Amino acid sequence: MWNRTLATLLLAVGVVSGAHAQTLRFGLMDDPDALDPTLARTFAGRMVFAALCDKLVDIDASLNIVPQLATEWSWSEDQKTLTMKLRPGVQFHDGEPFDAAAVKFNLERHLKLPGSQRRSEIAAIDGVDVIDNLTVAIRLKQPFAPLIAQLTDRAGMMVSPKAAQALGDKFATAPVCAGPFRFVERVAQDHITVERFDNYWNKDAIFLKRIEFRAIPDTTVRLTNLRSGQLDLLERLAPTDLPQVKGDSRLKVGSTFELGFQAIIINVSRDTQIAANPKVREALELSIDREALNQVVFNGEFLPGNQWVNPKNPFYVAAYPPPKRDVAKAKALLKEAGVANPAINMVVYADNLSQQVAQVVQAMAKEAGFDIRIQATDFGTTLNLGDQGNFDVMLYNWSGRPDPDGNTYNFLACKAPLNYTRYCNDKAMAALEASRLTNDVDKRKAAWKNLAAQVLADRPMIYLYHRKLLWAYTTRLKGFGDYPDGLVRFTGLKLD
Amino acid sequence: MLRFLLRRLLTIVPTVILASMIIFALQQLLPGDPAIAMSGEEKDPEVIAFIRAKYHLNEPLPIRYGYWIGGVLTGDMGVSIRLQEPVARLIVSKLPVTLQLAVMAMIIALLIGVPMGVISAVNNGTPVDYAANAVALWGLSTPNFWLGIMLILLFSVQLGWLPASGYVPPTENLAENLRAMILPAFVLGNSIAAVMMRHTRAAMLQVLASDYVRTAHAKGLPPTTVIIRHCLRNAAVPVITLGALEFGQLLSGALLTEQVFSVPGFGKLMVDAVFNRDYAVVQGVVLCTATTYILLNLLADIAYFLVNPKLRRP
Repeated sequence: MWNRTLATLLLAVGVVSGAHAQTLRFGLMDDPDALDPTLARTFAGRMVFAALCDKLVDIDASLNIVPQLATEWSWSEDQKTLTMKLRPGVQFHDGEPFDAAAVKFNLERHLKLPGSQRRSEIAAIDGVDVIDNLTVAIRLKQPFAPLIAQLTDRAGMMVSPKAAQALGDKFATAPVCAGPFRFVERVAQDHITVERFDNYWNKDAIFLKRIEFRAIPDTTVRLTNLRSGQLDLLERLAPTDLPQVKGDSRLKVGSTFELGFQAIIINVSRDTQIAANPKVREALELSIDREALNQVVFNGEFLPGNQWVNPKNPFYVAAYPPPKRDVAKAKALLKEAGVANPAINMVVYADNLSQQVAQVVQAMAKEAGFDIRIQATDFGTTLNLGDQGNFDVMLYNWSGRPDPDGNTYNFLACKAPLNYTRYCNDKAMAALEASRLTNDVDKRKAAWKNLAAQVLADRPMIYLYHRKLLWAYTTRLKGFGDYPDGLVRFTGLKLD
Repeated sequence: MLRFLLRRLLTIVPTVILASMIIFALQQLLPGDPAIAMSGEEKDPEVIAFIRAKYHLNEPLPIRYGYWIGGVLTGDMGVSIRLQEPVARLIVSKLPVTLQLAVMAMIIALLIGVPMGVISAVNNGTPVDYAANAVALWGLSTPNFWLGIMLILLFSVQLGWLPASGYVPPTENLAENLRAMILPAFVLGNSIAAVMMRHTRAAMLQVLASDYVRTAHAKGLPPTTVIIRHCLRNAAVPVITLGALEFGQLLSGALLTEQVFSVPGFGKLMVDAVFNRDYAVVQGVVLCTATTYILLNLLADIAYFLVNPKLRRP
């Protein structure tokens, strides 16, 4: 009798811990916003979408576009129609089939749903035609090369048309997609749970049973939870915590350089010395030692850079490497410009690292004669100052997009929504447009070279460095890969 | 007593209305446009215009106040722009968590603070008094954030006895719930206990020196009876006031402690809302806590009546 009870108990414990063992507990830096690919806007939300929603196409570790829900695609002669073949036998989590009509529904939803965050990303789309059940043609108003890269992210995520119609603007409360995991529950500001979708098209490569996303904003607390075994994986580890994680034999580190950039942006429409004279901007750039900045603030973990993509990116313009620090030349330039000690008010987002960067820049620029005053503000205020053009100079960061267009056009094109610098130049504009009109990689690279020639000389933005995105995870987690978009791919992940 | 209560209740109404106006007006002083904060990285002008129209951000302040207070009176506190959930539902789901944390912290504070205050007052000037004072000083001067992390390192990382975080509702698993809540409750209770100890001690010292206590001793009452029945009861008034205030503060969310232990309570809700300019949530939470404060003050007044008969005379 006792033996049998004991055996049952042991079995029960075994079953429980077995189930538990394939539950991945993932610590996020912030609580995701609405779980609707059309309305979502946070980075943390994209982590959850990586489990919930498959996309038409994906990127691989070297930024190549690879199939996901679409298996092959081709551009028409005039570069204005993208024809995609869809994967057969794919189901949404509610059992609805994924087909060409679903693609049409989703792209139109991105374009038309009020408050859509995707509209601007795919605004070039004129219409979507269903060719047959598994073939779809996307017509553009004019050639727009970045489109395919947009479809590797939320704009390419497909939700179940039936669920989207039924739930309307409440879709985010019970999202239904075609990804490897289906939505179970969300407790606001605590956790989001998803579990394996048994009819996933690639189900043999999915080993995790459940994923529990938990938002823990403080980096120290997040790490403590990983070390005490409350988490299996965390994102955005602080670079200063890296030695601690490397010293712990039960933990591993994953890393990739971000697609985005960190820069000093200069409001060139403002009545300041640095706005009026490009020589003052050049002097500021020459007063900064990017490598020293990286060493001092980030333990040398980040990547100094001078362009909108990092120096390891295939689209980096190698002809324009970062200039070396030259204080004497900076001083000479200021003398030429007739301003010995330009005073600059620099707006900085009030987190520790940004403020440290600002202080290091301030100290370096001082040697050339600059008098930088740091104004620390919170997130909301920073955005408003930028939007209204109510700043001289600002430390700015951009999370980045797989296609360089997403790092350039919105910032440098005249009157673009993120053109906080108010920069507007005909040659730069021509280069930006040229990069959009062709799908030929060499021609696009040539356009970005022209853009670099103009923008790096005008310096509306002084690009400083590129962050390294760091993950920490338990050694029990196997199959973890580093992707340049900073997101996790749950396919192939396994807990021992 | 009844007249007093009625009078107090009548003053509550205008106080709450005034509080709601101040909350609404102050919030608008926050620099930063919620429509821009909510419009994502791309800042699509159409999205910004849509958010402005949807949440009446283009209307003048008094009209927006009208919209809001009208909604509040009918039980609709608006919808969180960020989480797309009704504010009332968010508050209802966070309140039990914060309430539980506050009650546990208060119990811990009372269990430590009041006895320590009494003991140190009775043993005034002796090593016991100094030791109690030193403990209180430690409690007052230890930052919650630091103590929290230290306790997690000890009990979760080193010893592995308690979880570092992970709130479980008591209805789901009471034991797990208590295991997750005991550390944050202790951290909060620890700092309040110190303040309570100091106040209890001061009040007790005053009472111990009074004539009627000397009389009670002279009558030959046992010292414990004198201390507990005669002194502590009179010394309780300032301690009750303090308790009510501290409890009110706990209910408004223990910001840092909730962050350290990732307890999904009011504090976390509030901070996220402020940083994201989620006006409806900030307004709802602040109105809720302001009302709680006012009610707790009323309860404290009633409690004075019960412990101190002298106040019962008009």
